[in-house]
Amino acid sequence: MSANEGALKHHFEDIEQQRGAERLGMWMFLATEVLFFGGVFLAYTVYRIWYPKEWAAASGQLNVLVAGINTVLLLTSSLTITFAIRAAQLGNRKALMNLLAITGILGAGFMCFKAYEYNQDYEEGLVPFCKNFGKELVHDPDDHSKALSTFNDQWEKKGIAPQRIRLFMTFYFIMTGIHGLHIIIGIGAIFYLWYRAYMGWITADRYVGVEVTSLYWHLVDAIWLFLMPLLYLAGPHHGLHF
Amino acid sequence: MSTATKHEAHASNEHPAHSAHVSYLKDGWSIWSWLFTVDHKRIGIMYLVMLTIFFGVGGALAGLVRTNLLSPTGLIMDNDTYNKTFTAHGVVMLFLFLIPSIPGVMGNFFVPIMIGAKDMAFPKLNIASWYVWMVGASFAVFALLTGGIDTGWTLYPPYSSRSSHSNVVPGVFGVFITGFSGIMTGLNIIVTMHRMRAPGMTWGRLPLFCWAMYATSLIQLLATPVLAIALTLLMVETGSNALGMPIGIFDPALDGDPLLFQHLFWFYSHPAVYIMILPAMGMVSELLTCFSRKNIFGYTAVAWSSVGIAIVGFLVWAHHMFVAGISYYAALLFSLLSMFVAVPSAIKIFNWTATLYRGAISFQAPMIFALGFLVLFTVGGLTGIPLATLGSDLHLHDTYFVVAHFHFVMVGGMVLGYLGALHYWWPKMFGVMYSDFWSRIGAIMICVGYVTTFTPQFWLGYHGMPRRYPNYPAEFQYLNVLSTAGYSIQAAAFLLIHTYLIASFFTGKKAGPNPWGATGLEWVAESPPITHNFEATPKVVCGPYEYSLNMTQTGEKADVR
Ligand SMILES: [Cu+2]
Repeated sequence: MSANEGALKHHFEDIEQQRGAERLGMWMFLATEVLFFGGVFLAYTVYRIWYPKEWAAASGQLNVLVAGINTVLLLTSSLTITFAIRAAQLGNRKALMNLLAITGILGAGFMCFKAYEYNQDYEEGLVPFCKNFGKELVHDPDDHSKALSTFNDQWEKKGIAPQRIRLFMTFYFIMTGIHGLHIIIGIGAIFYLWYRAYMGWITADRYVGVEVTSLYWHLVDAIWLFLMPLLYLAGPHHGLHF
Repeated sequence: MSTATKHEAHASNEHPAHSAHVSYLKDGWSIWSWLFTVDHKRIGIMYLVMLTIFFGVGGALAGLVRTNLLSPTGLIMDNDTYNKTFTAHGVVMLFLFLIPSIPGVMGNFFVPIMIGAKDMAFPKLNIASWYVWMVGASFAVFALLTGGIDTGWTLYPPYSSRSSHSNVVPGVFGVFITGFSGIMTGLNIIVTMHRMRAPGMTWGRLPLFCWAMYATSLIQLLATPVLAIALTLLMVETGSNALGMPIGIFDPALDGDPLLFQHLFWFYSHPAVYIMILPAMGMVSELLTCFSRKNIFGYTAVAWSSVGIAIVGFLVWAHHMFVAGISYYAALLFSLLSMFVAVPSAIKIFNWTATLYRGAISFQAPMIFALGFLVLFTVGGLTGIPLATLGSDLHLHDTYFVVAHFHFVMVGGMVLGYLGALHYWWPKMFGVMYSDFWSRIGAIMICVGYVTTFTPQFWLGYHGMPRRYPNYPAEFQYLNVLSTAGYSIQAAAFLLIHTYLIASFFTGKKAGPNPWGATGLEWVAESPPITHNFEATPKVVCGPYEYSLNMTQTGEKADVR
C-alpha cells in the first residue's frame, strides 16, 4: 500500500486508474502512428500499381541481406523487451536492467546497419537528392562482360524511366527515415528506462512505464515488418551480399 | 514541477490554513508559476491569451483583404501581396485560431471540471502541447512575416512545390508542428474522459459538450497524422526543387500525381471542419438548455450525432475535388456521402429547436450567440447541399459561394460557439461578471455583421465571381462594398467585446459559483475554481440538464436567485 502511494500521481484516485490511463494513452498514440504511416503506405501503393517495372527494378537494387539481418535484430528486441516487463513486475532489477540494455543494443545495431546501408546507397548513386544519382559505376547483373556501367545507362537499356526510380528511392528514404527516427526515439526511451531502473526508481508497482514503452517498441517493430517486404522484396535480387 | 514543491511553496506563504485552498489564479503569482504550470485551467488561459492575439491578427488580415476588394482593380495592394494576404488570413485563422480554439481553451479548462476530475490524465503532456503549438505558430509567423506564402491555405502542388518560390517550407513545417499539439490535446481529452470521471458520472450523464469534445478529439487523433504525412511529402518535394534535384511526388511533369496530395490533404482538412464545428455544437447544447431552463430534448440523439458526424466526416473528403479530375463514379459516391452529413446535423438542429419549445428563454449574451449559431449554421449547412450536388458544384466551385458557405459554417458556427462559451464561462474562469447590456449589444452586432459580410458573397459567387481573385467586373462592386461594410460592423463588435471583457476585471461585480443557475458540475465548483477544482471528489447523482428539477449534477438546488 505504501509503495502504491509513492507511485500514484496526485490527480488519480487509485493506481489501477493511473495504469489504465497510461495504457490507453499509449494505444491512442499508436492509433495516430498507424494513420501517419498509413498515409505514406497509400502513396507508395498508388505508384507501385502505376509503375510496377520501375518499382521492381529499384527494389532489386537495395541490400536485402542487411534488411534481413535488421529484421532478425528487431524481432529479437521485441522478445527481450517483453521479458523486461515481466522482470519489472517481479521487481527483479538486475534482470530488468540487462533485458533493457539488450533491447537498446539490438535497436542500436539496427541503426548501425541502416547507416551502413544508407552509405552504400550513396556510393552506388541511389540517393535521389544527390547530384551523383544514377551516375556511379556499378555492376550490371544482366551484362556478362563484367564491365562496370552507370545505373542511368542500365535503366535506359531496359526502358526504365529514371524519375520513377527516383520516386521509389524517395519513398524508400522517407519511409525508412521516419521509421529510423522512431527507432532512435525508442532507444532513447529504453535507455531512460534503464537509467530509472539503475537508480532503483522502477519498483514492482511501477512496471507500467516499461509496458507502455514496449507497446511503442512493438509498433515500430511491426511497421518494419511491413516496410521490409514493401521496399526490399518488390523485385528480383541477384544474390545476397553485403 | 512536482505538486509536492508547489504545496510546500504554498504552505510557506503568508496566509496559513484559514481558507483551505486558494483559486487557481492566486496559486502562485510569478511568470514561472504560469509558464511551468501543469494545471489544466492555467493552460487553458494561456491558450486563450495566444488565441486572442492570433484572432486579432487573422481578423486584421481579413480587413486588408476586404479593403482591397472595395475597388474592382484592387484598392491597396498589388496582386502578389493580395495572394499572400489571403493565404496568411487562412493559415492564421485555421491553424492558429479555429482548430485550437474551443479544444485548447474550453476543452482544457472545462472537460476535467465537467467530469469531476482534478486534472487531465497527462498534465505534463498538456503543457507540452501548448509549447509545441507555440513552436509551430512561431514557424508559421516567421514564414508569413519574412516574405509570406502565396499558395492559398490549401498549398496545392505542383504550384506550391515547383512554381511558388515563397516561404512554403517553413510555413508548412509550422502547420506540421501545430498538428502534434492538437494530437496531444485530443489524446489527453479522450483518456481523461475514459479514466477520470467522478463516481456516478456515467457516459449517459456526461454533458453534451464533453461528448462533442470526445468526437472532436477522435478526429484530431485520426485525421491529423494524415495531414502530417502529406505535408512531409510536400516539404520533401518543395525542398528537392530548391536543391535543384526536383522529385515529382505530386508533380505530373515528373510522373507524380497532384490529386494524391489533394486526397491526403482533404482526408484531414474535411474532418478538420468538424474539429472546428463539433465543439461549438456541444457548446450550443449547454447554452440552449441553460437559458431556456429546459432539459435537452433527445440527449442520446444529440450525443451520438456528434460521434456520427465524426465518422461520416471521414468519408466525404473528395467533394472538394469534383472538378479536379476524379472519376464520375467516385464523384457520385462522394456526393451521396456528403449529403449524409446533413442527417446528424439536422438531428441536432431539430433537437435544439425542440429544446427551445416552451422554454423560459432569457436573451443574455451567451444565448444570443447560441441562437445566432442556430440560424447561421443552418444557412451554412443548407448552402453546402448545392455544393455537394455534382451539377451545381460545377457552377459554384471555386467561387465566392464557397467562401460564403464555409464562413457561415466556420465563423458563424465556431466563432459564435467560441464567443458563446467565453461569455458563458467567463464568470467561472475569472470570477467576475461583464456588462450585461454591452454584451447583448456586442452579440447582436456580431450576428448582424456576419450576415452583412457573407450574405452578399452568396450572390457574388452565384453570379460567377471566383474566389482568390483580386479583380472583378465593376457591376459586382456594390455587393463587395456591402460585404466590407459588414466586416466593419464585426470589427467594431470585436473591439467592443474586448473592451467590456477586459473592463470586467476592474469594474465587474463578483460572480458567485453559479451565476446562471446552471446544472452542470462546473457550476458546483468555486468561481474561479481552486487548483484541484473541487474540495472533495463530487458524487454525481443525475444527468447534466435537470432544469425541470432545478437540480445540479450533485443534487443541490441549481438556481437560488
Ligand atoms: Cu469538405
